[in-house]
Amino acid sequence: MKHKTFLWFVLPSGVAMFLFIALPIVSVLIQSVYAPHEQVVIEVENCGPFGCTKATSIDQAATAALREAEPLGRFVGDDIYTNRNHLAFAEIATLWAGAESLGMFWSQLLNLPFYGALAFTLTYTFVVTPGAIILGFLIALSVNAIPRVFRGPTIFFSLLPMIVTPLIGALILFWMIDARGILGTALQAIAGDPTLSVKASTPLTWIMLMVYGIWSSAPFAFVVYYAGLQTVPQDTLESAMIDGASRWERIRYVVLPHLLPLTTFMALIKIMDNFRVFEPIVSFNAAAHAQSLSYFIYSDLGGETRLLSSAAATSVLTILGVAILLSPVLVRTWKSFGKA
Amino acid sequence: MNVRTRALLSTAILLAGATAASADCGIEAGRVSIVGNEFPAIQTVASGAAACATDAVEVKANLTADHQKINVAGMSASPPEYTSAIIANSSIVALMNEDVIRPLDDLVAEYGQDLSPTQLITIDGKVMAVAFMANAQHLIYREDVLEQIGMDVPKSYEDVLAAAEKIRAEGIMEHPLSGAYMAGWNLAQEFVNMYLGQGGEFFAPGSAEVTVNNAAGVAALETMKALSEYMNPDYLTHDSNAAAAEWEAGNVALMNFWGSRTAVLQDAEGSTPEVFENTKVSGPLMVGDSGVPATTLWWDGFTVAKNASDEDAAATFRALVNGISPDILNAETMGQAVWMIDGYEPAPVAAGVFATIQSGAKPYPMLPYQGLLHTALGNNIADYLQGNESAEQSLADVEAAYTAAAKEQGFLN
Repeated sequence: MKHKTFLWFVLPSGVAMFLFIALPIVSVLIQSVYAPHEQVVIEVENCGPFGCTKATSIDQAATAALREAEPLGRFVGDDIYTNRNHLAFAEIATLWAGAESLGMFWSQLLNLPFYGALAFTLTYTFVVTPGAIILGFLIALSVNAIPRVFRGPTIFFSLLPMIVTPLIGALILFWMIDARGILGTALQAIAGDPTLSVKASTPLTWIMLMVYGIWSSAPFAFVVYYAGLQTVPQDTLESAMIDGASRWERIRYVVLPHLLPLTTFMALIKIMDNFRVFEPIVSFNAAAHAQSLSYFIYSDLGGETRLLSSAAATSVLTILGVAILLSPVLVRTWKSFGKA
Repeated sequence: MNVRTRALLSTAILLAGATAASADCGIEAGRVSIVGNEFPAIQTVASGAAACATDAVEVKANLTADHQKINVAGMSASPPEYTSAIIANSSIVALMNEDVIRPLDDLVAEYGQDLSPTQLITIDGKVMAVAFMANAQHLIYREDVLEQIGMDVPKSYEDVLAAAEKIRAEGIMEHPLSGAYMAGWNLAQEFVNMYLGQGGEFFAPGSAEVTVNNAAGVAALETMKALSEYMNPDYLTHDSNAAAAEWEAGNVALMNFWGSRTAVLQDAEGSTPEVFENTKVSGPLMVGDSGVPATTLWWDGFTVAKNASDEDAAATFRALVNGISPDILNAETMGQAVWMIDGYEPAPVAAGVFATIQSGAKPYPMLPYQGLLHTALGNNIADYLQGNESAEQSLADVEAAYTAAAKEQGFLN
């Protein structure tokens, strides 16, 4: 394709991406280095049905003048990034100086909200991404092996987890896993422990969230792999069979190398998605056991006082986290692109 | 009833109100758009306001449990999407902080002759909201279970723990206690109750310096943990709806619960006669020896958006005054809330809220930074309840999280 044609070809999506992705990210970046003005707080008397109380309130007249002078708020640089609710540099330095052992330092580090959330987010990403891809591949292989008549219905049922609205799918599992639900009771019977409760235990909650993550995203991998399997060169497969390769050897040495680019593509997409894990935590009411960076943004924006700058800083850190995680895959793709 | 059917029902009620009652509210023209929480009493008020709709007056309402996430943004524009937000004493603070609601003194003088002075919420001498109902958390109990174990109605959390132990020991119920202990807002609210009951102060006087990491805070957390031993192990995932379901299923004998949600537990729907006929209300619970009940007082009221035009503001105010007029009271709506409306005759279910008001309980604090502390509490105290860390460590985490947020918001240097 000529460069000029290519330019015109990508222009519409380029403009849309600039307007709806690049500009908002810039605005989030700006928001994260500004914070609201120093509040001018005055003593007031509040009266209502339960009598009068002394309280404080924001002096709006004084604040309005401040806002007029600096509409963006006060510039705080990286203060929000480094404060305790985010990267917590000062707290980590204190912990490091005061910790008697590495184990103690580690457990205190995970008590800081950002690092606790990062621990769950990374575990989730590195369990669910390969889990969903492997499960999706196995489903694709099985569906590809069954007689053509049954494929349609099987494909439909295999796609159900993706068709069901995430929130609804999670809620159904949430009820089934309840101590009085069908799965919860079954687990109690298997473990022989009538007091076992998935929702009350942090490790079991993590496992439940990851099982849900794999269940809900495997169909995506399945669809992509199933499409990929239709393009596997039959000649190579047949010659491998003539050479006496077993089914496993054919998959290992013919199918898998052929599907490698698809695997890279899916790993990219799924790492991005899983690093931003959010819905399961909300729909499983799991905030007491597992928090993620996206959940922090939600909590900052959903409280009675919205913390816009804090949410913006967490958003930027999420983008950086995704960039760091994707960099090995991107570098690899770039290198193979250079070779071709 | 699930959320969707309730939403449909509320729409149906609104439509019915708009068509059936043709109350002439005397509004010439204007636009009325209400945002608020979603429970029966607020649905009644919104349908009362909708009765003012005419060809020239548009009245609509968006009632949702997520109202706090949208009301500030929806009132900030000019003209605003919402001309009124129905709020409580905790959530008015967010609207005050962002300066999106207007003083109502002129509207009260012109159109509010029928309002009683106790309904007017004044902040620094200016009327900022008009309250229409009171609410509080108080004890509800199963009369039959208490009779079975031969104990009086508990007056304090110490009594509750003793009763719970006896109920479990006699094999009546394995988890006799419940409550809205879901991590987040609900759990923080239970701490606020318990901490006030222990005689604690949240902030150093007149400042935004937090002071919860103290003996009262530790005692409050320890009481909560002691109570949680008698709750369903999933208690950190139970909000008010889940706690109500546990109650209706007959699994629970005692809980501290919202007055506005108690009537539902006493009706025949979703429960057996053994449960709903024996569901009784009592006053607030005490804890320790501070003499202050471990609960908070709440009002719900309406505000008017600052950016609404004078015409829309007047129309909104008059429509909502119609929504809280004595005309809305009937056999069905009477039990929905403790109304601050002339002609309201308290149903037995309201006794709990009245007892709480008379007991000297404190109102939920209306401070610009209270919401930040509430969020910090909700995010941190579950760690202690799960046994991951000490009470002191949890409270230190709360203070640190709050301080970082308060510095960001400019309340602390």
